[in-house]
Amino acid sequence: MSNLSTFTNGLFKENPIFVLLLGMCPTLGVTTSAVNGAGMGLATCFVLILSNLAISWVTNIIPDKIRIPGYIVIIAAFVTIVDMCMAAYLPGLHAALGIYIPLIVVNCIVLGRAEAFASKNKALPSMLDGLGMGLGFTLSLTLLGAVREFLGSGKVFSIPVYSEDYGMLIFVLAPGAFLALGYLIAVVNRFKKA
Amino acid sequence: MGKKLASTFGNMLVVLFGVTLLASASVAYVYTLTKEPINQARLNKQAAAIREVIPGTFDNDPMADKWSKESEGGRVLEFYPAKKNGETVGTAVKTYTQKGFSGEIWLMVGFLPDGKVTGYTVLEHKETPGLGSKMDVWFVKGGKGDITGRIPAENPLKVKQDQGEVDAITAATISSRAFLDAVNRAAAALQGDATSYDSTSGATTSENTESN
Repeated sequence: MSNLSTFTNGLFKENPIFVLLLGMCPTLGVTTSAVNGAGMGLATCFVLILSNLAISWVTNIIPDKIRIPGYIVIIAAFVTIVDMCMAAYLPGLHAALGIYIPLIVVNCIVLGRAEAFASKNKALPSMLDGLGMGLGFTLSLTLLGAVREFLGSGKVFSIPVYSEDYGMLIFVLAPGAFLALGYLIAVVNRFKKA
Repeated sequence: MGKKLASTFGNMLVVLFGVTLLASASVAYVYTLTKEPINQARLNKQAAAIREVIPGTFDNDPMADKWSKESEGGRVLEFYPAKKNGETVGTAVKTYTQKGFSGEIWLMVGFLPDGKVTGYTVLEHKETPGLGSKMDVWFVKGGKGDITGRIPAENPLKVKQDQGEVDAITAATISSRAFLDAVNRAAAALQGDATSYDSTSGATTSENTESN
C-alpha cells in the first residue's frame, strides 16, 4: 500500500465512524456542537499519531502475550499528557470536553489501529495511518456535531443561523445523537454504493 | 518485520516494567511542566468571574482578600470582597447547590454591600444541554428571569411555581430552583446568618482552602 493510500484510507474507505463504526462512546457523547466534535477529534488524532509511532517502534520488543497491556499503558500515557496540556493551554475546550478526554484511552480506534496497523508496519506508514484515521475521526465528529447543532439549537460553529426557539431540542440530547448518526451513515452508504 | 521477543515470564516482566516505567516518567515530566499553567488558568478563570459579577472599579485584589466559610459536607463558600479606597463596594461569592438536575452547580454571584444581586457567572454545572444549561443567560440583567437588583437575604428568591417572583427556565424548573438555591445560600452566608441556611456552619476562616 502506498503512503498516500495509507493516509486516505482512514479518511474515506475505512472512515472510523461511518464505515468501521468504532469509538461510538465519544462520538455520541461529545458531538453536541461542531466545536466540541472538532476538539475531541483533534485530541484523538494527536494521540493516534503518537501512539501509532511509539507502538511501531516497540512492537518487536513487546512479547505477544502482553502486547495489549503494553499498548494500553503507552496510549494511556499519551492521553494523560494531552489531558494535562489541554488543561494548561486550552482550559475552555478542556472544560467542555470534560470526562471524554481521559476516555480516549479506551477508544477502540486507538487500540484498534495499534493492533491492526502499527504493530505490523514501520514508523512512517504508522504515523500516516494515525493521521488519516485521526482526521477521518475529526471530520466525522465535526460533521455530526454541526448537524446536531444546526437542527437542535439553530447554530453552526456557535454562529446563529435561525432562532434557537425553533430548534429541535432532541438533537442536542442523547437520542438525537443516535438519530443524526443513523441518518449520516445512511447517506454515506448511499454514496458508497453509487 | 523482525522477530518478536518470546513470551517467556522473564521477558514479559522486564518489558512491561520498562514500558510502565517509561510511561510514568514521561507523564510525571509533563505534569511538572503543566502544573503552573494549569494553576494559572484556574486563577485567571476565577479572577475573570469575579470581575464579571462586580460592577464598576475596585483597587484591591479580591483574590488576596478572600475569606471563606465552611458549609455542609466539607464544601467551602468563598467570599471575594472588592474594595475601593478601603471601602467594600461589592462581594463576589463562590457558592453551590446540590439540588441540580444532575450533580452540583457552582456559581460566582456578586452582591452590593446592601445585599442586592449584581450579577453571576456559572462556574460548573452538569445540567441538561439546551434546558437547564440555559441558566448562564436566563437570570442575567435583561434576561427572562432577571435576578439582578433583588435582595435574596431579605426575601429568598423563589420561582413562580413556588409562589416566588422569578420566572423559571422553560422546561427546567428543577435547574432553576437549584440555581436560586445557590444564590440564596450565598446571600444568607454573606449576611453572616450561618445557622439558618441548611447546615452552613460557623464562620471559620481558612486561607488555604481550594475547592475544585
